[in-house]
Amino acid sequence: MNRAAVVMNNFREKAMKIVFMAAACTSIASVALICFFLFTNGVPAIAEIGLGEFICGRIWKPESGMYGIFPMIVGSIYVTAGAIIIGVPLGILTAIYMAEFCGPRTYKVLKPAIDLLSGIPSVVYGFFGLMVIVPAVHRLTGVSGKGVLSASVLLGIMILPTIISVAESALRAVPKNYYEGSLALGATHERSVFKVTLPAAASGVLAGVVLGIGRAIGETMAVIMVAGNQAVIPRSVLGGVRTMTSNIVLEMGYAADLHREALIATAVVLLVFILIINLSFSCLKKGK
Amino acid sequence: MNTYRVKKRKEKTAAVGKDVGKAAGRAPDRNSARRTEALLLRIMVYCAAALSASVIFIIIAYILITGVPHLSPELFAARYNRENVSMLPAIINTVVMTALSLAIAVPLGVFSAVYLTEYARRGSRLVALVRITAETLSGIPSIVYGLFGFLMFAVYFGWGYSILGGALTLAVMILPLVMRTTEEALMSVPDSYREGSFGLGAGRLRTVFRVVLPSAAPGVLAGVVLGTGRIVGETAALIYTAGTAAGVPGNILKSGRTLAVHMYALYSEGLYMDQASATAVVLLAVTALINFLSAVIAHKLINR
Repeated sequence: MNRAAVVMNNFREKAMKIVFMAAACTSIASVALICFFLFTNGVPAIAEIGLGEFICGRIWKPESGMYGIFPMIVGSIYVTAGAIIIGVPLGILTAIYMAEFCGPRTYKVLKPAIDLLSGIPSVVYGFFGLMVIVPAVHRLTGVSGKGVLSASVLLGIMILPTIISVAESALRAVPKNYYEGSLALGATHERSVFKVTLPAAASGVLAGVVLGIGRAIGETMAVIMVAGNQAVIPRSVLGGVRTMTSNIVLEMGYAADLHREALIATAVVLLVFILIINLSFSCLKKGK
Repeated sequence: MNTYRVKKRKEKTAAVGKDVGKAAGRAPDRNSARRTEALLLRIMVYCAAALSASVIFIIIAYILITGVPHLSPELFAARYNRENVSMLPAIINTVVMTALSLAIAVPLGVFSAVYLTEYARRGSRLVALVRITAETLSGIPSIVYGLFGFLMFAVYFGWGYSILGGALTLAVMILPLVMRTTEEALMSVPDSYREGSFGLGAGRLRTVFRVVLPSAAPGVLAGVVLGTGRIVGETAALIYTAGTAAGVPGNILKSGRTLAVHMYALYSEGLYMDQASATAVVLLAVTALINFLSAVIAHKLINR
């Protein structure tokens, strides 16, 4: 090889290395940009309204200058908690079934079905909730049906595939000799699974639950369609509720000035929520 | 293998049960307690699985039963108007949106994965930072992406609602997904391939493009398919970035709605529930197709 070619080659290697490095930096840049745009637009609004008034204020009436998002924070927490109560036990038990109980033939049907469930767009879920869950709740209770209960059931269904697939792979990753050891000590299959395999897979199962929580708290379109969207703290599980996410989508279209900034500030609060969840989870993982 | 295990287990438990029954005096009692516990746990698991399965099949059946009768030819008319409520423009927009977002996100994602696995030193600060930010990105809710896209592309750049703004927003959203799947694929390429290539005198760059990336191609493709699924299903991130205009825009700096946004718009107008349910069928079919493709790719990955 002559010298010019070697120089050219070296140059190309170095240049591409920089290109790869720059590409790797896009995710850093994206997070920085997202934070920059949300914080510069949202934080001044929080300052103007007052942090205490904004987060703890119980009245959201943009037309009369009252921007308290406490009902929305409570709303997000309620529907997420409801989704956890419904989705987590069902998801974990289904994962146990798929990993430890079901035959290969059932598995071949169930697994693609669950994958399909995880791919269905959230509008389609919302539509289903609106047409099936809301009328069912209405018939059972007599109230309108749009509210915490419907939203929780729908979100519980939506987080099922996430929890099932993560928990299932966690269960499958547990070394077989744990289970066999338990059998050898005379425990039944069921007892071995619940007392040995499940605890051994706990951290993986927890990861699935955390992912599910993230999905539930961030879900927007499906919740809008079934939650009723009243900006008040719901009195009961049947009361209408508005989450932080739906607050943004519902009013962003026509909001202006401080109102718009208050909505962006809502997104900031939501982002902080998500970051806290992720951070506490990764601390939990590191602690083990 | 599974059935074999089950059979073996049954024999084993039966044998153990008999022995215990013979040995201890109070044993039959304890044995029956054991059996009841096992039975209860088993019933619990089976009930949960049956419930999950029935929920899934109810959803799919409901979408098909309510939607399929409304799939009429005029829903696929070339132009959208108030009479036909055609979804064809939305389908075209979805294709354009997907192609644009992938064109942006895939090179970025693949290149960053290449950097992380092939170039970066182990334990470098930059790598740690990239990983943390990518993880953060994958946890951010789509509405937050939507607001970010709105503030950056629609307001700050002054584009207004545009297909390009929507595509850029979605590209950021699927970036961590493409990155992670590619990275996993690259890591599963055996080191001997790289060593062989180096040994033949190839440089790092040539090794990456001629040896490592081709053998990781199915993994990259899996990421692309997953990303497509997210783009097709996304609504919240697009309403305030790409907007809700119903037609096919003349260029990518104009507003246009994808199929999922189209369905949400039909719902919020409240007049076209039948057409909305037909749209749901199309979305479901697209989802099924995407899942099928990714299953095929996964199969290829395993059988290599």
